[in-house]
Amino acid sequence: MTFLAQSPTLQDFGHDVWWLVLLKVVGVFAMLLLLTLFTINYERKVVARMAQRPGPNQVGPNGWLQSLTDGLKLPFKEEIIPLTADKVVYFLAPVISAVCAFTAFSVIPFGPMVSIFGERTPLQLTDTSVAVLLVLACGGMAIYGIVLAGWASGSTYPLLGGLRSSAQMISYEVAMGLSFVAVFMTAGTMSTSEIVRAQANGNPVNLLGLEFTAPGWYAVLLLPSFIIYAISAVGETNRAPFDLPEAESELVGGFHTEYSSFKFAMFFLAEYINMITVSAVCTTLFLGGWRAPWPISAINDGMFNQGWWPMLWFFAKVLVLLFGFIWLRATLPRLRYDQFMRFGWKVLIPVNLVWILALAGIKTLQNKATDDGTRYTIIGALILAVLLITLLWPSRTPAPAPNLEEQLARRPKGSYPVPPLDLQVPPSPRTRRDVAERQPAMAGGGAATDETGPANSDEKEV
Amino acid sequence: MTTAQTVLAAGGAVSTGEAVTFWILAPLALLGAIGMVWARNAVHSALWLVLTMLCLGVFYVLQAGPFIGMVQIIVYTGAIMMLFLFVLMLVGRDSSDSLIETLRGQRVAAVALGLGFAALIGTGLFRALEGTSAVGLDAANANGNVQGIAKLLFTKYVFAFEVTSALLITAAVGAMVLAHVERRKGERLSQVEQMKARFAPGNYPGPKPGPGVFATSSSVATPGRLPDGTLTDGVHSQILPTRELTSSEAAPKGTEK
Repeated sequence: MTFLAQSPTLQDFGHDVWWLVLLKVVGVFAMLLLLTLFTINYERKVVARMAQRPGPNQVGPNGWLQSLTDGLKLPFKEEIIPLTADKVVYFLAPVISAVCAFTAFSVIPFGPMVSIFGERTPLQLTDTSVAVLLVLACGGMAIYGIVLAGWASGSTYPLLGGLRSSAQMISYEVAMGLSFVAVFMTAGTMSTSEIVRAQANGNPVNLLGLEFTAPGWYAVLLLPSFIIYAISAVGETNRAPFDLPEAESELVGGFHTEYSSFKFAMFFLAEYINMITVSAVCTTLFLGGWRAPWPISAINDGMFNQGWWPMLWFFAKVLVLLFGFIWLRATLPRLRYDQFMRFGWKVLIPVNLVWILALAGIKTLQNKATDDGTRYTIIGALILAVLLITLLWPSRTPAPAPNLEEQLARRPKGSYPVPPLDLQVPPSPRTRRDVAERQPAMAGGGAATDETGPANSDEKEV
Repeated sequence: MTTAQTVLAAGGAVSTGEAVTFWILAPLALLGAIGMVWARNAVHSALWLVLTMLCLGVFYVLQAGPFIGMVQIIVYTGAIMMLFLFVLMLVGRDSSDSLIETLRGQRVAAVALGLGFAALIGTGLFRALEGTSAVGLDAANANGNVQGIAKLLFTKYVFAFEVTSALLITAAVGAMVLAHVERRKGERLSQVEQMKARFAPGNYPGPKPGPGVFATSSSVATPGRLPDGTLTDGVHSQILPTRELTSSEAAPKGTEK
C-alpha cells in the first residue's frame, strides 16, 4: 500500500523545528476557538430546526456570526464576585477548566505526514506512547475546574452542582477508561497515530472456510466498547440528558451559577471544547481517525488519504458526532440522579468488564496455534453452556394477583369506604337549573342508561 | 542536590530540556509540599498537594516512565485527591485549623524532626547512590514502556498484584458493610403497603389543611375569606353550577356553638 508509507509512526514525532511546533500549537488553539464558535451556532440552529424554529438568523450571513458577537460581548459584561467567594480558587477554577480542555487536543491526529513550508511533519501536535492516557488525565484534571468552581463560589447551588459533577465524572471516567481497554488490546498501542494506523486495513478473517475482510473501524469491530464510550462521553461532558451538574430546574446554573463575564465565558468555552475533544477522540479511536470512509478511500489508490485531504474527513466525522450530541439534547429529558449513577455503575461498568473478558478470550483463541477443530469445539461448548444455563435457569412463577373483588373483600371492617365499581353519580337534587338537563355521569366514562337506576349502588357498597 | 537529580545524573547525561523542566518543577513540587502543611484551609491544603502530585507525574515521564506518570495523574490526582476534596467540601468552608497549640512546642519540634529526617534520608540516599550508574533502563523499555510493565505485572509479580487488588476490594467492601444500613424486608414499606396503611381504619386519608389556613371546614359551604377576615367571592370555580338552597337547607343546622 502506498498510502501506508504516509502514515506517521511514533518515530516521526519530536523532530519538529521550533517554529513548526509553535505554528502547530497556535493552529490547534485557533482551530478550537473557531470550532467552538461554529459549534455554538450549529447547536442553536439544529435545536431550532428540531423545534420548528428558524434559530439565530440575524447577525452575519444566515446568522452564523451570532456566537462571535455573543463571545465578544461576554468579556465586557460586569464581573460579579460573591462576597463569600474564595478569591484565589474562584479565579483558578475556570482557568483549570479551559487549560485542560485545550491540552487534551494536543494528541489528536488530524492527518498523515504533510509538508509545511518544506518540512515533512505529521499533521498532529505531538504523540506519545501513552497519548490516550493523556486525554484521560486531562479529563480527570478538568473535574477540578468544576468542583473548585462549585466550592469557591461560597453558595449552595454551585456547591451541590460541584459535588454532583465530581461523583458523576469520576463514575463515568471509569466506564470511559474501560471502553478504551478493548481498543488498546486490539490495536496493541496507546498512541493515537498508531491506533489510526491500526484501523487502516480490514483484517482478513477465515470463518468456516469463508474468506472475507472484516472492517477496520473499531466502531464495528468493537461495537460494545463504542456504544459504552458514546454514552460515557455524554456523561463526561455534562451534556443533556446527563447534564445534572448544571440542571437548570434544580440548581439554577449548577457549578457556574455565581460566575459572570469572562470567567463564565471560559467555562462555556471549556464545555464546548470538551464536546469537540470527546468527538475527536471517538473519531480517532473508533471511526478510523482521519482516514476516508470506505468507498472514498478506494478511489485512485488512496488518493484521498494523502496530503491535506484527511482533515476534511476528520472534521466531517467530528461534525457528525457533534450532531449526535445536539440531537440527544433536543430529544431526551434529563435523567434522575440516582438512575443515572445506577446506570453507570451497575450497567455500563459490568457490561464493559464482561465484554473485555470475552474479547480477551477471542484474542486467545485467535493467537494460540490451535487448530480449527479445537477452536470450534471450544466455541460450541461455550454456546452450549450458555444455552443450557438459559434453559435450566429456574423461573419464578409469580403468585396470581387477586382480582378487585377479592382485594375489596380482604379489607378490614371499618375501612375507608370506596365507591362501588358500577357507580352512577345521580345529579344533586339541589342543583336544579344547570344540571337537570345533563346526562348523569357514570364511573368509567360512558353515559348512564335508564335501566340501571341509582338504587343499584347501595347493594355493591363495601 | 536532591535525590531525583542524583538519579537523573547517574543515568547518564541530562539533556537540557530535562534539566530545565526539572529546575522549574522541582521548586514547584517543594512549594506544594510546604504549602500543603502551611495552608490553614483544608481545601487549599489539598490543592497544594495536587500541585506536588502533578509535578511528580511529570518527573516520572521525564525519567522514561510515561505510563506511571500518566497513571499518577489519572489515579492519584484525578480520582483519589478528588475524593478527598469531595469529603473536605462537605465539611464546610469555614472549618479552618485553629492555631492554638494543644501540646506546648509541638510545632517547633515537628519542624526540627521533619528537617532532620529529610536531611538523614537525603544524605543517606546521596551517600548510597554516589558514583553508581543506573543500568537496565533500555533493557526494561526495549519492547515499549507499557508492554514492559504489563509483562512484569502479569508474569513475575502477578501474585503480588492480585493480592493487592484483593486487599483493596476487601477495604472497599468493608467500608460499604460498615457504612451501609441494610433494611430487612418488611422494615421499609413499599408503595402498596403505604397506600394500604393510608386507607386503613383510624387514619384520615385526605390532606390536612395547609399552614396558615384557619378555616374550620374545607366544605364549599364555608364562605371564602380574605386575610383580613372579610368575605370574598371568587374562591369557587366559575364552571361549578350555582346551587340554589331551599330555606330549610340554608337555615343554620344547629351545630354552631
